[in-house]
Amino acid sequence: MLTKEDTHKELFTMGHTGCSGCAQSMAVKLILEVLGKNTIATTATGCLEVFSTRYPESSWRIPWIHSLFENSAAVASGIEAALKITGRKNGTTVLAQGGDGGTADIGLQALSGMFERGHDVLYVCYDNGAYMNTGYQRSGLTPFDAYTTTSPSGKQSFGNSRPKKYMPQIAMAHRIPYTAVASAGYPVDLQKKIKKAASITGPKYVQIDVPCTPGWKYEPRYSVKIARLAVQTGLYPLFEAEYDKIISVKKISKKVPVEEYLKLQGRFKHLFKDEAGRMEIEKIQKIADENIVKFGLL
Amino acid sequence: MKKVLEGSMAISESVRIAEPRVISAYPITPQTHIVEHLSQMVADGNLKAEFVMVESEHTAASVCLGASACGVRSYTSTASQGLLYMSEVIYNIAGMRLPVVITIANRAVSAPINIWNDMQDSMALRDAGAIQLYAENNQEAYDMHIQAYKIAENKDVMLPVMVCVDGFVLTHTFEVVETIDEVERVREYLPPLNMEYKLDVDNPYSFGTLGEPSVYMESRFNLANAVNNSKKVIVSAAQEYKDMFGKFHGALIDTYKTDDAETIIVAMGSILGTIKDVVDELRESGKKIGVLKVRSFRPFPEEEIVAALEDAGNVIVIEKAISLGKGGILSQEIRDVLYKHRINSINVNGYVLGLGGRDITPKNIIDLIEKAKTDENMDGEFFGLNSFIEQGNISNIGD
Repeated sequence: MLTKEDTHKELFTMGHTGCSGCAQSMAVKLILEVLGKNTIATTATGCLEVFSTRYPESSWRIPWIHSLFENSAAVASGIEAALKITGRKNGTTVLAQGGDGGTADIGLQALSGMFERGHDVLYVCYDNGAYMNTGYQRSGLTPFDAYTTTSPSGKQSFGNSRPKKYMPQIAMAHRIPYTAVASAGYPVDLQKKIKKAASITGPKYVQIDVPCTPGWKYEPRYSVKIARLAVQTGLYPLFEAEYDKIISVKKISKKVPVEEYLKLQGRFKHLFKDEAGRMEIEKIQKIADENIVKFGLL
Repeated sequence: MKKVLEGSMAISESVRIAEPRVISAYPITPQTHIVEHLSQMVADGNLKAEFVMVESEHTAASVCLGASACGVRSYTSTASQGLLYMSEVIYNIAGMRLPVVITIANRAVSAPINIWNDMQDSMALRDAGAIQLYAENNQEAYDMHIQAYKIAENKDVMLPVMVCVDGFVLTHTFEVVETIDEVERVREYLPPLNMEYKLDVDNPYSFGTLGEPSVYMESRFNLANAVNNSKKVIVSAAQEYKDMFGKFHGALIDTYKTDDAETIIVAMGSILGTIKDVVDELRESGKKIGVLKVRSFRPFPEEEIVAALEDAGNVIVIEKAISLGKGGILSQEIRDVLYKHRINSINVNGYVLGLGGRDITPKNIIDLIEKAKTDENMDGEFFGLNSFIEQGNISNIGD
C-alpha cells in the first residue's frame, strides 16, 4: 500500500489544492511516473498551475515553468531550443501542458507553430471540456449539449449548441510523428501512450479526457467511472496515430448507451426533463454511434 | 574596424558578437533586415545559435522566455503591432526577471496602418518593467546592444532590456560604424550568462508560480527596486564600455552645450542629430541653447535630468509619441521631476512631432524654438501638421 511518505517521493507530490476526485491531477501523476525526473515541464495558466504552485509551495519535483495562458507550447519550444544548442538535451523530455482552452482555443496558434517547426516536445492536453479554472465556461472542446456557465441550458437552449472540436485530428493534420488520445479512466493505456510518445523524437500530442467534479457536477467517487463510460459509449474514442494515419484504437467490448454516461453528470441534467431533452440525447447517441463506426471501436 | 553599415547590419553584428544562443523572431517592417542578417549568420555558421522562426511575435517572445529560463542568452526584435502583440509576454519576462534583449525598430501604431517611424510602440510598454534605452545613431545602436546584455544579466538587475532604434531612420540608413573584431574582448566585457536560478533537471525549481495577495506586492516591490537600481548598472556598463572600447554616448542621459544654456531641447533617438545641428547653427549667432538626450527612458533618470535642466529658463521637449487624452509623455515626466524637486521657474513646452514618419526638418526645429518663446507649458501640442488640418478643414484629407 502507498504510504504518505511514499507520496512525498513522487515527482508530482501531495499537498496541492486540486479538488477531491480531480482526474487531471491523477493524469499528471501517471505521466510523471513514466517520464521520470529527466523532464522539464511547462504549464499553461489554468487549474493545474493554480492548484499545484501556490507560492511558496510547489508540487513539482521536476523543473517547471508557467508563463501565460496561450504560450505553453511556445515556451517549451524555447526550452527545447536552449537545451539543443547548449548540448544539454541528454534525453531530457520537454513536456508542455495545457487545458482544453489553453490548447485548442487560445493556445492553438502557438501549438500549431510548435508542431510545424518540429520541436522535440511532448504536448499534453488535459481535456475537461470547459474553462474550469474560471468557473465552467464553454470552450471549443465542450461537448454537444453540455451545460456551462456561458452555454447554459434554458427555455431556448439545451446547453452548448456546437459539437466538440476534433483537436487530435488537427494535430494529425500537422503530420507530427505521434498523436494519441487517452483517458484518466484507463491508466495503463495512458502510461503506455506517454511512454511511446517519450521514445519518439519530434512533436507529440497526447489528449487526455479528465473528468472534472465541480464542472461536470458529479460526486468525486465517480471520476474514473465517468471517464470509462465516456470511452465505452463511444463518445471519447481512444486511439493512436502516426503522422496522419490512425494506427490503433482501444476497442470497446460492449456498447453502452450514452444515457448511462450522461445521467451521472449535472451538466447534462436538463436533457432528462422532458421529451425534447430525450430527442437531444438521441442526437448525442448519434455522435457516439458515428464514432464507433468511424474509428471501428467495436 | 570601421565599416559603412546599414543600421540593421550594425545591430545584427552587435548581437552576433554578444553571442546569444537562442534567437526567435517574426517578421515586421522595419525590423526585418535585422533578423534576416542574423538568420544568414546562423546559416553561414558565423553565429552558433538556434534561430527559431516562429508564427507570431507572441511566440517569439515566449521562445526567448523559455530559453532564458534555461539560463541561455536569448534575443528577439520587433516593432509596432508586433511589440503590442508580444506586450503580454514582455510584462511576464520582466516579472520573471529574465535577461532577454529585445530590439525595437520604432514604428507607428495602427490605425491608420503606417510602417514608418515614431515611438508610440515602445512608449506603450513604458510600465512593463523592461529597461528602455534609445539609440541616437548606428554606432550607438551597435554599442548599446552589447551594453544591454551586460545590464540585463547583472545579478542586481535581471531584467529584459529594450533597445529602441528609430525604424528606417536608423535601421535602413548606412553610416560609418566601428565594430569590435575580437570576440574575446567582448567576452571579457560580457562574460557568459551564469544564472543562479534556471530550469535544470539536476536542481529543479518552479518558475512563474501563483502569487496570491500575501506575496504578489512583495514580488512587484522587488521588481520595482530592480528597475530603479539598474540606473547605476547602466552607468557602469557605459563607463566600462568606454574604458574598454573607447566609445561613449552618454549613460542615463547625455548633454550637449547645456552648461550656459538658457534654452534646452530634450529628445530621444535619432532626431537628436538634427537638433544638435540646429543648436550649432544657433550657437554661432550667439543663442544660448543646448540639448539633453534621454538615453534611458526606463529607468527614468530623475536626478540627472533635474541637474541638467535646473539652470535653464526654457525647456522644449520634442517627442514622437503621445498619451492620448493627456498630452506629451516625455514632457509630462520632465515636468513631474522638476515639480518634485520644487523647480517651478522653468517653462516646459512639450511638442509632438514626426508621427508615422513625418519628416522633422532643421527648419521645423528652428520654427519650434521660435514658437516656444511665446508658448507656455504646452503639453504634447502637435507641430508640423499639414496646413489643411491647421485650418480646421479635416474633410480635405481625402482629396
